[in-house]
Amino acid sequence: MPRRFRGEPSTAREVAHAISRSRREFLRQATGAVAAGTLLHPYPLSALALPRVRKAVVVTFGGGARDDETFAPDGQENIPHMLAELAPRSTFFTQVINRGILGHYVATASLATGVYETFNNFAKVSPDHPTVFEYFRKDLKRPSTDAWVIAPSNGFNRIGESAYRGYGPGFGAGVILPKRLLAAALAGGGEADFNHLLRDNYESSSFSPVVGGNDIELKTLSDIFQLSVADFVAHAKSLASPDELSVYIARQLMHRLAPSLLWITLHDIDVAHSGAFSLYLDGIRRSDRLCAEIWRTIQSEPEYAGKTTMFILPDFGRDSDTSAGGNGFQHHRTGDATSRTTWMMALGAGIRENTIVDRPIESTDLVPTLGSLLGFSPNLSQGKPLPEVL
Amino acid sequence: MLPAQLTAGQFHAYPPKARQLAVDNVALLQSLPLGFVPFLLKEIILYDWKFPAEQWELNKQLAYLAGLSDEQRQAEMARFAKLRLSPRLEAFDWVNSPGQFLEMLSAHLWATHQTDEFRAASEKYVHKFYASLERPKLPAPRLGIVALGRGVAESRYLLFRKLRRNGVYFNNVNALNGLETLLETVKARAAKYPEPYGHWSIQGGAKMTAPGVTCVSYEEMTPVRRTLTEKMRAAYESPNFNPEILRTMLARMEPQSLGMTGPDRDGTLDRFQLSLLTEGSGTQIYSTTFVQWAAREALRRAQPLTVFARYTPRQKERPMNELLSGTGRTAATDPEGSLIDGDMGAYYTWLNQQRLPGADESRFLVWFEGHSEAVAIAPKLKSNTSDTRAIHMAELLETLA
Repeated sequence: MPRRFRGEPSTAREVAHAISRSRREFLRQATGAVAAGTLLHPYPLSALALPRVRKAVVVTFGGGARDDETFAPDGQENIPHMLAELAPRSTFFTQVINRGILGHYVATASLATGVYETFNNFAKVSPDHPTVFEYFRKDLKRPSTDAWVIAPSNGFNRIGESAYRGYGPGFGAGVILPKRLLAAALAGGGEADFNHLLRDNYESSSFSPVVGGNDIELKTLSDIFQLSVADFVAHAKSLASPDELSVYIARQLMHRLAPSLLWITLHDIDVAHSGAFSLYLDGIRRSDRLCAEIWRTIQSEPEYAGKTTMFILPDFGRDSDTSAGGNGFQHHRTGDATSRTTWMMALGAGIRENTIVDRPIESTDLVPTLGSLLGFSPNLSQGKPLPEVL
Repeated sequence: MLPAQLTAGQFHAYPPKARQLAVDNVALLQSLPLGFVPFLLKEIILYDWKFPAEQWELNKQLAYLAGLSDEQRQAEMARFAKLRLSPRLEAFDWVNSPGQFLEMLSAHLWATHQTDEFRAASEKYVHKFYASLERPKLPAPRLGIVALGRGVAESRYLLFRKLRRNGVYFNNVNALNGLETLLETVKARAAKYPEPYGHWSIQGGAKMTAPGVTCVSYEEMTPVRRTLTEKMRAAYESPNFNPEILRTMLARMEPQSLGMTGPDRDGTLDRFQLSLLTEGSGTQIYSTTFVQWAAREALRRAQPLTVFARYTPRQKERPMNELLSGTGRTAATDPEGSLIDGDMGAYYTWLNQQRLPGADESRFLVWFEGHSEAVAIAPKLKSNTSDTRAIHMAELLETLA
């Protein structure tokens, strides 16, 4: 049981407020943003001309980044794109609380279902509750090509649909595991040159599973992306990390299929589990750059420009430096306020720019908000739609 | 089984001192809830290999609990007793495998949304217990020293950004004989204040030790690390693999199974070093992570008077398979990244030192090895200030007095 560091804020609520305050003050200074609370209610977005067809792109970080390395003064140098390009265009939620299990797969599943899932993080199972993809496809009668997930590791291969009766198989999203795709493309050999893109789970500090290639993956390459194996491999050679591979795949998907609901989970930041602070910072910088790339892709693709809402949020935070039970940035095991409190940025079609929302929201609020935006009903979700973006 | 059903005979598999301690306290253990007892047993079962400071605290904790009236103890344990546990947990052999039980308990508490309640309960308990402790006065203020940045010729990274706020930033340190001076300081303290496990040298590179100084070295542990990663690879390739099974396997590992055998070995230190590799994440592959974690654990567990931690360049980032197995491309080092790792590690070492008794009197020095930058933290030094005068390492150490 941990000893407490002198000077540690005394309650979780105090810590959460301190984090929120720090983000708010910084963003105000950096971007001149206003607080949503200072604006007149109801939120006057209905005055904006919203496009008839809307799309949503959700980007989560599997492996949260703390304020210390992002929005706090010491961290600002690591997120130049978010600060200069994205935050001024966004409604920024300074206090997103995750009250669930702080493991990446189960937490991402909770984000995608709007329910705090309780299954074993390392189990090869589908979420227990319907996912946002199932609500979207079933309610709106959308084809399977209209909802996709790009996920970082093999453990996420069941994130696309639940086992819930009445939903589940046939209603979920297509799941692309870029590393598996690459492994399939490399089935003839040559993995050694691409190991930096194939690495998997940092959390167990263990060997990466052998990501086996198969015919389905190769068919995905040719049918969906219309890419030859040779072209894909050649491009992959120029990439530095698994997240770069994921974003490359996302851009291909957006260009070829233009799904209305696209969910991308980045994971490079999770190298923090190895304890090397410099690599964690590299991961943050890369995620910052890749988020801006995704945003630019949205602006440049005709199928997305002007009608897409983008959400960016870490799945949760990481442990505080002052939480004696943890080891600071390295893990997210204590359940302290820093590890549970994170942020969310919403930007794009119909979103008020340069706006800060201080009130605490929960990570389960994302799904009902997407439901309100896109017009489906996530009946089993525990969260509430966010009026600030509707 | 519930704690009330405990008998002295159930501790027969414990090591001798641990068994005696458990048997002596069986009545107390019977009176505590299942959400608490295994935490005590996890400490008790390792008693024979614990550092003196840990043994002292464990004895005090048992005495503290035993000294409470029944009503007081019930009140103290009320929040633990209210935790909703499962029949599976009750049926588990938590007497002989308390560590494994706690892993299961942790998963259960997360899944049933009781983690926050458990965390609050344990923090409250720990604070109350520590507040009740009367500790002997330290023979000297604690001193933490960190040297980092070996192999870096020039860096634009703003070093010591967190530590500067707590001490004096020096930017004109004469590096000549700096390392030797630091080691001499550690030696002198070990000679003046002899104490088992009271003075530590934690090295990313080769051993740097002296009489009375406990030394842990990443480089020295290479054969042990290799054996361990081979076992990890075998476990990984098993068809039944999952990360939880791997963790259980690591928790059950004995020093002998990694080749830590031979006469005159220090069993306590062997177990400590083993724990650095089996409980730490990344300690098997990065020397910087190893040094940071070793310093943390030495401070937390042994509560030493002196810690000297020295970072050396870690290997470059590569796929985890290659990092663990040592195969693939030739291992290049990343001095610049290691400087940044070490900078954060130094901050954590200071934080961990400040968690110990005597924090108000503690001293701390961090130095960019071979360069002119350092930060000194001591009660008499003004926080968040700079000192630009030319200064030798010996003089710098004197400012801490």
